[in-house]
Amino acid sequence: MTVQTPIANSFRNQPDEQGHFGKFGGRYVAETLMPLILDLEKEYRAAKADPAFRAEFDDLLEHFVGRPSPLYYAPRITEHYRALAPEGKGPKIYFKREELNHTGAHKINNCVGQILLAMRMGKTRIIAETGAGQHGVATATVAARFGLPCTIFMGAKDVERQKPNVFRMKLLGAEVRPVTSGAETLKDAMNDALRDWVANVHDTFYIIGTAAGPHPYPELVRDFQSVIGTETRAQMLKAEGRLPDMLLAAVGGGSNAIGMFHPFLDDPDVGMIGIEAAGHGIDSGQHAASLSGGKPGILHGNRTYLLQDEDGQITEAHSISAGLDYPGLGPEHSWLHESGRVKYVPITDTQALEAFQLCCKLEGIIPALESAHALAALPNVTATMSEDQLLVVNVSGRGDKDIFTVAEHLGFEM
Amino acid sequence: MLPLPFRGEGWGEGDARMTRFAAAFAKGPALVCFITGGDGDTAANLDALVAGGADVIELGMPFTDPMADGPAIQQANIRSLAAGTRTADIFRLATEFRARHPHVPLVLMGYSNPMTIRGPEWFAAECGKAGVDGVICVDIPPEEDADLGPALRDQGVSLIRLATPTTDTARLPAVLDGSSGFLYYVSVAGITGTQAAAQASIDEAVARIKAASSIPVAVGFGVRTPEQARQIARVADGVVVGSALVDLVKQHGPDAPEVIRRYTASLAEAVHKAREIA
Repeated sequence: MTVQTPIANSFRNQPDEQGHFGKFGGRYVAETLMPLILDLEKEYRAAKADPAFRAEFDDLLEHFVGRPSPLYYAPRITEHYRALAPEGKGPKIYFKREELNHTGAHKINNCVGQILLAMRMGKTRIIAETGAGQHGVATATVAARFGLPCTIFMGAKDVERQKPNVFRMKLLGAEVRPVTSGAETLKDAMNDALRDWVANVHDTFYIIGTAAGPHPYPELVRDFQSVIGTETRAQMLKAEGRLPDMLLAAVGGGSNAIGMFHPFLDDPDVGMIGIEAAGHGIDSGQHAASLSGGKPGILHGNRTYLLQDEDGQITEAHSISAGLDYPGLGPEHSWLHESGRVKYVPITDTQALEAFQLCCKLEGIIPALESAHALAALPNVTATMSEDQLLVVNVSGRGDKDIFTVAEHLGFEM
Repeated sequence: MLPLPFRGEGWGEGDARMTRFAAAFAKGPALVCFITGGDGDTAANLDALVAGGADVIELGMPFTDPMADGPAIQQANIRSLAAGTRTADIFRLATEFRARHPHVPLVLMGYSNPMTIRGPEWFAAECGKAGVDGVICVDIPPEEDADLGPALRDQGVSLIRLATPTTDTARLPAVLDGSSGFLYYVSVAGITGTQAAAQASIDEAVARIKAASSIPVAVGFGVRTPEQARQIARVADGVVVGSALVDLVKQHGPDAPEVIRRYTASLAEAVHKAREIA
């Protein structure tokens, strides 16, 4: 929500007026939805320019979400990797503590922004898709806060795998609709949410959970999540008197990463790495790494890197982390990848599990499995950075939701 | 308005395509029938549609994520892909259909990713070779026309756009611009095969489109009975039936062609005689 001054050759002036990030993004939706997303774009432009909208957003982030989230120096993780690194290597590691937000992840930032837009547009019903249930819980939370009826589409398999979050959503007054089409996971939940939206465009607002989908969603989700990077910038300047040298964030759809990266994109000395879920490994074919193992195509309203076969049929993603288990990612990441501004690396289930446990033991923080993917990039990244450099990991969510999955993998009976 | 895709250099295949569409809609209201390619014995089912009196054929290209379709066509997509249908199979079905039925317009209908994954030029060229007359791409609105429209027009293949209840008068010209063959009016804001529109709203919409363009208007979504088809055909140039046919393919397996022929004949009679005075 920061006002940007356009500069030449900026990485921060995307998308263009048609919603394209280079060749990515766009508005690939059925005609029924086109007038609505054009309306949404118009309404978003007006909201962005309206100080009252921003004031309400900021107020809710402070008092309802609990922002700013801390930028925390992680001393024992720092020491751990410094000891493993070559002499003089091993940067100072900070965590951006998004897991301390209300509902336990960064997802709520975007939901607050979108529900304010929904009400501005006079919509009276909210729908959303969810995979692991974090975005579903965040959406149900803001819907409860503002008294709007809310339906969450969730793959039937995920409903089974994520019972605690299903119950949370129900407690918050949402209807959880299990989706039985396709592979019954996040992608199919998104298909059914789009089907519902097409049939109910007159009164329904679709709160998309990540920086993907048809324009203007990738832009507006990014803007709402940019509070992460904006705060990090100010907090790091206060703590260290300078900008960080490196940012790490996990990328499923990519909203926590783009929120962290975007305010720094025009600072050439700030390196950025997005971490994709490599599941059982890229070569196994069972992964969710769209950039490392996919190619550009069109799905869910945007052109972006996708997991697909040579006929353009979408293939199933796999990751231990349900929040990363999606065969695509936001279009701005595809663009940042091709432009070379951000580097993207794959991390396997096994690497993420190790990092998950290490973070619990060394820092007293149980991270989400999504965030554990970002933490798992530390061994390689820290080995090449010098001791006096500064690195920030976006700990995008807390891991309470994941303890059942982790217990199963570690052979612990719950 | 972009010009219709006559190439101007003689009486080529592009002209044959426009002639097929023009002939199909010149006889009075046309029956447009959809089935999903690769679901059941598609060649036999296509022949049954023609034998039953269908004037235009829409062949669905299966996709893993058919966001605009209701349960009937979603499941047909899944059945087709599970049976191993590839894009090459769809073009083979089209090529063979064209050989058997030289005069029946054939439209491919589907989603943008399978259509554009090898580049729009590749797809358009394959359509040209297979004798496909038109393409309906559900998720390429006029705003993203560059991804498919120019390549199709270069091949003389019609891009058949969709207009919906949310396409207001201000937006309609953008939808019509670059459309040819016919315009598909989606009569309900929703997904395929689930609900039917009120006839009054169809009458109003068709009148509005016809006031803006001379392009034939076919109306679909939720049409299942001859009586519905007859009502629509009184005002529209065409009536599209899809999910009901796809259901028959599923229910009747090897016996589907005969059931489809009889059902199509009942629709065709209703459509073709809709404007006769009772």
